[in-house]
Amino acid sequence: MGEMIKIGMADLKVCTAPNVLTTLGLGSCVGIVLYDSFSKTAGMVHVMLPDSTKIKNSENAAKFADTGIDALILRLAAIGANRSRLIAKIAGGAQMFAFTSDNDMLRIGERNTEASKLKLQSLGIHIVAEDTGLNYGRTLEFYPETGELYIKSVGRPLKIM
Amino acid sequence: MSNINLDQIDSMQYDVLTEIGNIGAGNATTALSTMINGKVDMCVPKVALLEFKDLPDMVGGAENLVVGILITLEGEINGMMMFMLEQKSAYHLVNLLMGKAQDDEAFTEMEFSALKEIGNIIAGAYLSSLSTLINIRINASVPYLSIDMAGAILSVPAIEFGKVGDKALIIETQFSKDDSDVNGYFILIPTLESYDVILTSLGL
Repeated sequence: MGEMIKIGMADLKVCTAPNVLTTLGLGSCVGIVLYDSFSKTAGMVHVMLPDSTKIKNSENAAKFADTGIDALILRLAAIGANRSRLIAKIAGGAQMFAFTSDNDMLRIGERNTEASKLKLQSLGIHIVAEDTGLNYGRTLEFYPETGELYIKSVGRPLKIM
Repeated sequence: MSNINLDQIDSMQYDVLTEIGNIGAGNATTALSTMINGKVDMCVPKVALLEFKDLPDMVGGAENLVVGILITLEGEINGMMMFMLEQKSAYHLVNLLMGKAQDDEAFTEMEFSALKEIGNIIAGAYLSSLSTLINIRINASVPYLSIDMAGAILSVPAIEFGKVGDKALIIETQFSKDDSDVNGYFILIPTLESYDVILTSLGL
């Protein structure tokens, strides 16, 4: 088996099989995997916020759904992925705490998910699998060799999609 | 008004923030110690400016199973206060309080509620000492509880910080009971503006 490549919060990485992409303890953030099954190249971005245009100090492209996906596509193209063959799998966007106030934080997971889907749609990238929302953390592992996304959560069975 | 620059925290600001952690966590540790009627030790607080991806390493790694009790702060001081316990410690603490002989490995509704209250009392002790020190009222929310991976729980305060920058400035204090079966962290995460308010009120 290849190397495990770890992606942190507001971070993005790309790889080719047999290497594996992983992000640990995804909460309200969203993990987006883009995959080209022909060249077995894949990239993962761990975005924290939906929209870069609403935020000052947005140097880190990987922090936002909109700029993160753009940046990921560029990096994928650089290692030989074909833009038109890319498909997406997304997971995360949980609501970790049951907030009762109408604070903005309330829906951040949901908003991250929505923004990621909108962005992918606008780029014409098909979302083939999604595991988002609810109230628990997820650890993701993506295997470009098989195109499978493993989702591990506390006290829940392993999900493969 | 002092304007804190995340990349250039001077040693004076650093010392003051460490001392805030010291006083706050000192009070919180005392409250915890009274509650369980046993000695609780705390470490010297760490003031750290961290990139988001390094945040979970502060509390034993992203996949470390923890109980997180989150309180949001509003008013002149905005931000979040988090009280984190390793899951084993949380069981132990609850069982200690509920007078059970053995450490159960699951929480009942009643125990959830007890855990929230523990968080409330302890975070309250931290915040009230901070409030007295800087002479500013701090409005705290009700406690919110989540049991999950540390990374997932920390994503909530991290996202708040993500709105204003690429790094998070946190004041963290670790505590442990002498026989090390209760282990956890206090994390104070004020917004940038609130750091200014705190430092200004202390004459910096």
